[in-house]
Amino acid sequence: MGVASFGDGVVGLPADARTREELEWIAADVVAAGGRAGVWLARALTAEHEQQLLAEMAAARAAEYDSLTVAAHEAAELAEEDRTRELRRVRRELRAVTRRDFTSPPQRDDAERAVAELGRSAGGTLPVTQTGTGSTSRA
Amino acid sequence: MRWATRAGVHIDRAACAWLIRRHIDPAAEFVFLEDWSDPTALPPDLVLFDVPGVGFGHRGEDCTFETLLRVHELHDPVLWRIAEIVHVADLDDDAFDAPEAPGMDAVVRGLSMSGTDEQTLAVTDAVFDGLHAYHRQRLLRGHEPA
Repeated sequence: MGVASFGDGVVGLPADARTREELEWIAADVVAAGGRAGVWLARALTAEHEQQLLAEMAAARAAEYDSLTVAAHEAAELAEEDRTRELRRVRRELRAVTRRDFTSPPQRDDAERAVAELGRSAGGTLPVTQTGTGSTSRA
Repeated sequence: MRWATRAGVHIDRAACAWLIRRHIDPAAEFVFLEDWSDPTALPPDLVLFDVPGVGFGHRGEDCTFETLLRVHELHDPVLWRIAEIVHVADLDDDAFDAPEAPGMDAVVRGLSMSGTDEQTLAVTDAVFDGLHAYHRQRLLRGHEPA
């Protein structure tokens, strides 16, 4: 989910409709299981503290984007079938990381570029359906 | 019956509203709650769905749409195929192979930004009718409809 951990049992996410809903369902699950949980809206008292949390979240996502960039570059060297399979995997993973990314670090552009390049290279190797031959007239 | 859910409907609530209208309660009225922090303060006749902690909601691994199918013992395989799409779109957990899910999620999120909940449901009811017709044909024919 891309949460920032504040301490034992306390995590936070930037507040929007999606993140709030995700935490509310988790809290409901915890309560249904006999535990104790609640969702609070909180605000850091200093801008510095908020920036620090955002920087930690950005660093966590940046590491994930870097891994994807490396994976996409390595996949370009694979044989066709494995490359196509790896392309699907990194695309899916990139979507997942992007969904839990609230900070858009520059590494995101690198990962998107690397995955797009891999897509172009895999696309170029897809079999082409032949609809006619050179000797057949399309009268 | 009066069915109530959180305002700003997304995929699971839109799918539930369609399911309720088409398969559970054709005369259903829907109420969209701006504040659900104290469910005990709500009118007692409301049937709550997809509100965390009360009424019909996520249960175990199920999203609310799946919960409603189980509670109302709806075994139609076409509805369960739609449930897979709704599940993946709502929970984003890859539990099923549902290539329709990311597109459905984006469309319903966009609708919730551009119109009222009533307007969203008017569109999504038609979309789910189409999805149901498509997957029904697919199941009957055993292959992708043309």
